[in-house]
Amino acid sequence: MENPYLPYPVRIDDIEIATEDKSLKTFKFVFLDPEDEKKFSYRAGQFAELSIPGVGEIPIGIASSPVEKGFVKFTVFRTGVVTSHLHNMKVGDIMGIRGPLGNWYPWDKLENKNVVIIGGGFAFTTLRSSIIYMLDPANRKKFKNIDVVYGARSPGMLLYREELYEWEKRDDIRMHITVDGTNDPTWKYHKGFVPQIVEQNAPKADADTYAIICGPPIMIKFTQPALTALGYKEHQIIMSLENRMKCGIGMCGRCNIGKELVCKDGPVFTLAQLNKTPKEY
Amino acid sequence: MKFITIDKKNWAKGIEKSRETYRLFGPVKDKNGSFIRDLENDMLPDMSCNDSVLSAKSVLFPQTEKILFTTLDESQKDHHIMKRVPGDSAKRAVLGIRPYDAKAIQLVKLNFDTDDYRDPYWCDAYEATTFVGVGINKPGPFDFSTAAGTGPFSETGLDVLMADLDNAYLAKVLTDKGGAFMTSCGFDTAADEKESQALFDILRKEAEKNISSRIDTDKLKDKTVLELHEAPFWDDIAFSCINCGTCTFVCPTCWCFDIQDEAKQKSASRFRNWDTCMSPLFTKHATGHNPRDSKTQRVRQRFMHKLKYFLDKYDQGIMCVGCGRCVKSCPVNIDIREVCKIMNSYEKKE
Amino acid sequence: MDTCIQKIREIAFQLLDKKEVERVIGFSNGTIPMATSPITIASKQDTEKLVFNSTCGLNLANYIRQQKGKIAVIAKGCDSRNIVTHIIENQVKRDQIYIIGVPCKGMINKSKIKALFEDEILKFTEDGETLTVESSLKKEKLNKKDYLRDNCRLCQHRNPVIYDVLAGEPVEEQVLDTPYPDVEKIAALDADARWLHFQELTKNCIRCYACRNACPLCYCPTCFVDESGPQWVGKGQDKTDVNTFHFLRAFHCAGRCTDCGACAEACPMDINVRDFTRKLNKDAFDMFGWEAGLDQTKRPPLDAYSPDDPNDFIK
Repeated sequence: MENPYLPYPVRIDDIEIATEDKSLKTFKFVFLDPEDEKKFSYRAGQFAELSIPGVGEIPIGIASSPVEKGFVKFTVFRTGVVTSHLHNMKVGDIMGIRGPLGNWYPWDKLENKNVVIIGGGFAFTTLRSSIIYMLDPANRKKFKNIDVVYGARSPGMLLYREELYEWEKRDDIRMHITVDGTNDPTWKYHKGFVPQIVEQNAPKADADTYAIICGPPIMIKFTQPALTALGYKEHQIIMSLENRMKCGIGMCGRCNIGKELVCKDGPVFTLAQLNKTPKEY
Repeated sequence: MKFITIDKKNWAKGIEKSRETYRLFGPVKDKNGSFIRDLENDMLPDMSCNDSVLSAKSVLFPQTEKILFTTLDESQKDHHIMKRVPGDSAKRAVLGIRPYDAKAIQLVKLNFDTDDYRDPYWCDAYEATTFVGVGINKPGPFDFSTAAGTGPFSETGLDVLMADLDNAYLAKVLTDKGGAFMTSCGFDTAADEKESQALFDILRKEAEKNISSRIDTDKLKDKTVLELHEAPFWDDIAFSCINCGTCTFVCPTCWCFDIQDEAKQKSASRFRNWDTCMSPLFTKHATGHNPRDSKTQRVRQRFMHKLKYFLDKYDQGIMCVGCGRCVKSCPVNIDIREVCKIMNSYEKKE
Repeated sequence: MDTCIQKIREIAFQLLDKKEVERVIGFSNGTIPMATSPITIASKQDTEKLVFNSTCGLNLANYIRQQKGKIAVIAKGCDSRNIVTHIIENQVKRDQIYIIGVPCKGMINKSKIKALFEDEILKFTEDGETLTVESSLKKEKLNKKDYLRDNCRLCQHRNPVIYDVLAGEPVEEQVLDTPYPDVEKIAALDADARWLHFQELTKNCIRCYACRNACPLCYCPTCFVDESGPQWVGKGQDKTDVNTFHFLRAFHCAGRCTDCGACAEACPMDINVRDFTRKLNKDAFDMFGWEAGLDQTKRPPLDAYSPDDPNDFIK
């Protein structure tokens, strides 16, 4: 990258409301210059800075998968200045994307392993990217069992619902979808919080099993003991962190946890690594 | 030619001559102290003044720097497509930079010029700059540079090191860049190499002898991050802190920055501004959650970064050159030398 | 004033010994000449660390909010007025604070003293009204009253207005015919010269916010300069943004500022931020007969309506 601060110009190709409360939208971007798409070669677990000129930038996990070509997708929660502005933008608008940034889930290490994916709320974006990647016919055989525990407040708050229900029907992935609660009498999946569903449904750990967790701090906090109870060692628990970021390239200094920079040395860390750093995330 | 004698009578004329090739920066006396400024027109650097209130880092890293821009006018071609502000790659020279500030720039370089990314703004400015330092004959009481891996006549990061000999400067040319600058000034009176080096050695020894302030950092490396991070002394250190950004802004090695967009009518600009780990905003998430919400956490971050994280990450010593500016400027007298002592001597009780 | 330190230590010792307070907030000796540092003390053995002298220019009212349990604090005249303001503005409860009042003869202007020397000051001592200051080049004996901070020279409330105990005999209050000569001087300038004065004043500001953070009034959970939605002011070094910060901060302090001088004391660039706040103090006095922090029962004039409020501005 010549100038790491210079975003690639993109056009908003599609906007989809992702949750029933409309607080999340999925944006599909197309690169104005097809050459830029080649340069933006990423792996599942990485993030990028969505860059709106005159407004600002926001680091967001990449929700599309490296095996999906021709576009990139991001699911964005409306919370601050930039995300609120983005939620008001229209298909056809021009903006920028800077990246891909950060590291990724350790795909090399995960080959020939069982993978348990645990997500909560709207932190399912890079996990979607990962699942699509692993289920790709060219990749599926590289992994052994795949389990997914994903929970949200209510059915309407689950991201990528259509895909979840499709995956549910497959026999090469075990889905454990859950909601905190629902009045829907036709709801056929789990009810309960993620840590509890993990405890009841996730496979017990052996040396060949790794868990990837992504979710709100409270979910992570209570899922860790559940995994430990199932025998997962700290190097088998892989987490993706979020911190306030600006540059995304390890220079501006704010996202550090100890000497590690979440934007550049992370966002993916093993629990073993995190246990050696201050809990400043 | 390695050493050059410059008669002070010829100094001003030579500096003027260098302007044909260089944009000049140097210390300027203001009513509240001296500042490293762009030496416009016929301004000369004030080589005699006390250390500048702020360091020389701003020559490469201005407090506010426009980095990108675009138009928001949809009738214009390339609207909303950001471009780099044309870089100023014209040659520049910083005159009278202190050796510890030059060393600090080498430490900051570790952040801006990495294997993975190169910050083009900082790096381009760095490459365009010649550093003409002047040794400090009489270091002040706050100078602990020798204990921080540099010193009053340290050559690290300099292209020329000059010694002030009352009526003349004796310049030691350290790099080709430095040689080119001397040539542009027309300074070409060669001095005897052996004698000159001997003189530099004497001056250095004299100056170093004058330094009474020091810190010990020998035990920092062997302690774990968590041991220091969880140590009980941080609340006491942080109590008086008002969480202003003074220490970080006056520091020659503090490089943290913020990126901010501004839109005026149809033009959009992206700036980077100095930022400070002392501010709660530095780490506050959009959700309101703040991993360093308390004053103690922020004060700890500053000292841990300087005296532990940096040391562990780069193995190039601490992120402090001992200039003493933060010691002088802190409104509540939090003294990095004391904090370093506490950290270095800390033994975790089992 | 050095005699009162013994008294302060005794009082602090007793308070901690009898567990009447959990902690005492005061000043300790600094590590460099002319510096003292706010300190909190929880054990009676540590009361020896307390000092009080004419370098204690910060305002300890800035340290008493959000403290747990009962605390004691050392308060000069201005500090005590800021404690009153805190009480009015519900930042502290009176019964949570034990005030050790210190009648004050003024704090020294450190930059004025530094300016006398070409090199760094190595030693500073104080004996009554005489200051002895030494650098490696010279030694000066100075009359303290010639080197007082401007706000102390113009102070009319040297004695604490509220306290639980006084650590010294009350001092005579100054009565000034013209308490705002500095404001009048600026006001007498024509518009261009006045503009220039303020441009020059903030020229070196680095937006470290030491002035704001040293100010007991500036306790907003989110200061307007830090607000992002909406963003009221740009964050860079643009002159308009820098001045907007200073102007708005001063207005936010109107009718609340006690002219304690902590802002100017804290500024690493030696900007006399009081040039902004003093004008508003004068206005508050001229229009409302108001001086901040003298009365626990009255809210600041811009915070309350009274039928007697001047309304000349309605045309």
